[in-house]
Amino acid sequence: MLSRVANSVYWMCRYIERAENVARFISVNLNLLLDLPLEEGHQWQPLIAITGDREQFDQKYASCTQEHVIKFLTFDKDYPNSIISCLQSARENARSVQEIISSEMWEQLNRFYIEVKEAENSGFAQNEPHKFFQMIKMRGHMFTGLLYSTMSHGEAWHFARMGLMLERADKISRILDVKYFMLLPSAEYVGAPYDNIQWAAVLKSVSGHDMYRKRFHRITPTQVVEFLLLDSEFPRSIRHCLSKALSSLRKISGSLQGTSRNRAEKILGRLQADLDYTDIEEVLGFGLHEYLDSLQARLNLVAEEISSIFFRPVPVETELSAQQ
Amino acid sequence: MDFSTYQTEGFYDELFDENNHPRSGADLLIQKIKSLDRESLLTKQQAAETMLLQLGITFAVYGNEEGAEKIFPFDVLPRIVDGSEWTQIEAGLKQRIFALNAFIEDIYNKRQILQDRILPEELVLSSKTYRQECVGFSPPHKIWCHVTGTDLIRDRDGKFYVLEDNLRCPSGVSYVLENRQVLKRTFPQVFEASKVRAVDDYPNRLLETLEYLAPQNVSSPRIGVLTPGIYNSAYFEHSYLARQMGVELVEGQDLVVHNGFVHMRTTKGLQRIDVLYRRLDDDFIDPLTFRPDSMLGVPGLMDAYKKGRIAMANAPGTGIADDKVIYAYVPEIIKYYTGEEPILPNVPTYICSDPEDRSYVLDNLDKLVVKAANESGGYGMLIGPHATREERARFAVLIQENPRNYMAQPTIALSRAPTIADGAIVGRHVDLRPYILYGKDIHVLPGGLTRVALRKGSLVVNSSQGGGSKDTWVVDGPQ
Repeated sequence: MLSRVANSVYWMCRYIERAENVARFISVNLNLLLDLPLEEGHQWQPLIAITGDREQFDQKYASCTQEHVIKFLTFDKDYPNSIISCLQSARENARSVQEIISSEMWEQLNRFYIEVKEAENSGFAQNEPHKFFQMIKMRGHMFTGLLYSTMSHGEAWHFARMGLMLERADKISRILDVKYFMLLPSAEYVGAPYDNIQWAAVLKSVSGHDMYRKRFHRITPTQVVEFLLLDSEFPRSIRHCLSKALSSLRKISGSLQGTSRNRAEKILGRLQADLDYTDIEEVLGFGLHEYLDSLQARLNLVAEEISSIFFRPVPVETELSAQQ
Repeated sequence: MDFSTYQTEGFYDELFDENNHPRSGADLLIQKIKSLDRESLLTKQQAAETMLLQLGITFAVYGNEEGAEKIFPFDVLPRIVDGSEWTQIEAGLKQRIFALNAFIEDIYNKRQILQDRILPEELVLSSKTYRQECVGFSPPHKIWCHVTGTDLIRDRDGKFYVLEDNLRCPSGVSYVLENRQVLKRTFPQVFEASKVRAVDDYPNRLLETLEYLAPQNVSSPRIGVLTPGIYNSAYFEHSYLARQMGVELVEGQDLVVHNGFVHMRTTKGLQRIDVLYRRLDDDFIDPLTFRPDSMLGVPGLMDAYKKGRIAMANAPGTGIADDKVIYAYVPEIIKYYTGEEPILPNVPTYICSDPEDRSYVLDNLDKLVVKAANESGGYGMLIGPHATREERARFAVLIQENPRNYMAQPTIALSRAPTIADGAIVGRHVDLRPYILYGKDIHVLPGGLTRVALRKGSLVVNSSQGGGSKDTWVVDGPQ
């Protein structure tokens, strides 16, 4: 298929997943606001830390209040990773591949974008943030559902799923990184009710609370990390996401079992094997932050390789220089 | 809904004669509409619009921040052309396209028509759409204009005239195909009984036309529709035609010239492409040859094209034959290349570079329509009787500054057709754009796009200026 089309389908999904994950970050905090006494709940600064775009935030906003952070992450059109910007980019990508995706997906995405836009003007987002961010998560789920059930699972679909899964893995690693960093230092909380509440909020934000309870029953920081990093079955664990991304990548390149055809497959395959054959003690021994940092760096490499193999094939010298 | 209050008001009406009797071929439709009450007819109109929106038949609106798409306004009452009358139109269009194609080939090669002084050499060579780069070149089978949309109008006397030839990138055929899908479901019985000629095989015929162009040594050619991209107002049509033909929809950035051949960038590497149905103007197709600032084209495309390694429809250079001033000479061109009298007449035209014509035009600006030689979509145009004194004065200056660039025509009392507006059936002005394919032979799509000026009294049918469309039925029975 055309490189441009593959690129658009891939980015369409990455952007939607990104928008959905921003809503999930914010809803962790909103959950905490409900469950914790005031001062503990008021930690909006880490949300900006997750993004890595602190500088851009500081240029425009005086302080990390709830209002400012939500405005920046949700509605700021100048910030390319805000929910509204992501949806706009997703929509532009979708528009150029309308003949490839299903009309249901296109309509859903269109409605998604319009609803978020209207929510700012109508005050819905400001007045009922819980409902608003819940709506975004549901819209994200609906899009993913349509992706799975209305589009043929051919090459374009594998590009879509690969984009979705790589983005999801990256964002879960960021949630984990920041929350772990933020929660652990308060050593006096360990084992206290607050601690459990905070980790429960993390699980809820990735829609993982129920499934976690089935597997581990009690909430402990180590097991939450294990669940979100290494669980093989939960659809929002990093290991699960990467195994799906790898399987799509292999379908696209047509590699047989146990072989790899390009650097993207090699890097992702090795990363996948690391997750398959490690355990949580080893990860914590290495240092969770260091582990996640290296994981994110390797994911970036995979994305760069994918882009240069499939989206910018063979840099061709122009006709003129070829003749000279 | 009855037509007792419907008035033709002295205009030629497409469905009623001067005694308010249905014209030949329109009986069944009129009967049907009479049998419907107002509500059911409006419901049908509503249902048709909903269907078009769901089918995604939209065009992008410029300057809209949302990038919202709108449907091209559609009127559910079809325009009907009797089969025997159509036969004449068809013959006239074939004759005209054959001659225009021969003209283009001649201009870029032997230039016999200029040597024989049928039209002034200076006029041809000074046209903005004349392409020096095409001199000495002949495309496959010597066919230049593979896809043409010719604008026809009817005057008060009921006679068809050619208003404009569009030989570059005529658009609108997707509306013909989709309007038909909708109307078949709106008036199924009338449609069947009227024996309407089919239009559905257009994508297939277009594909055959494109395949015919492919280099001889390529057995199953790879074909693409080249679009400027999603911000172009006709993007829907580009994507629609690509889908209907089952070919790639490509943008300039998807193509690259490598080892002298044109390739698509795909996820499996570079793949050769053999034929392009390009919907980009000449100016933009190759920054190395034409406008260097074009981001839409493919560097090196013209070079590969001239070496016969890729075919393009329409061929670069066809614009010379739809220059609005050269238009005035088309009757002479037809006589020159076919030896026949033109079957379809031109609208009388005054050429502003001719001193006598120019002084007539300047004295009669309030009665004439003035057009710039190379504008389209209703831009660069003065409709004298409806213009303000200032607008006329501005055009008088423009004409004197650059007479070569202007021509003028008498205001034609365009025919009208019954149209639904504000819940009533009223007469609105229409034109007709049939589509002609030139491949192994010349094929005219029966009917074409009827554009209707939805504003009361308006003569401008362009979609960018408040126009809508109707389905066009060429009917063969029952008499």
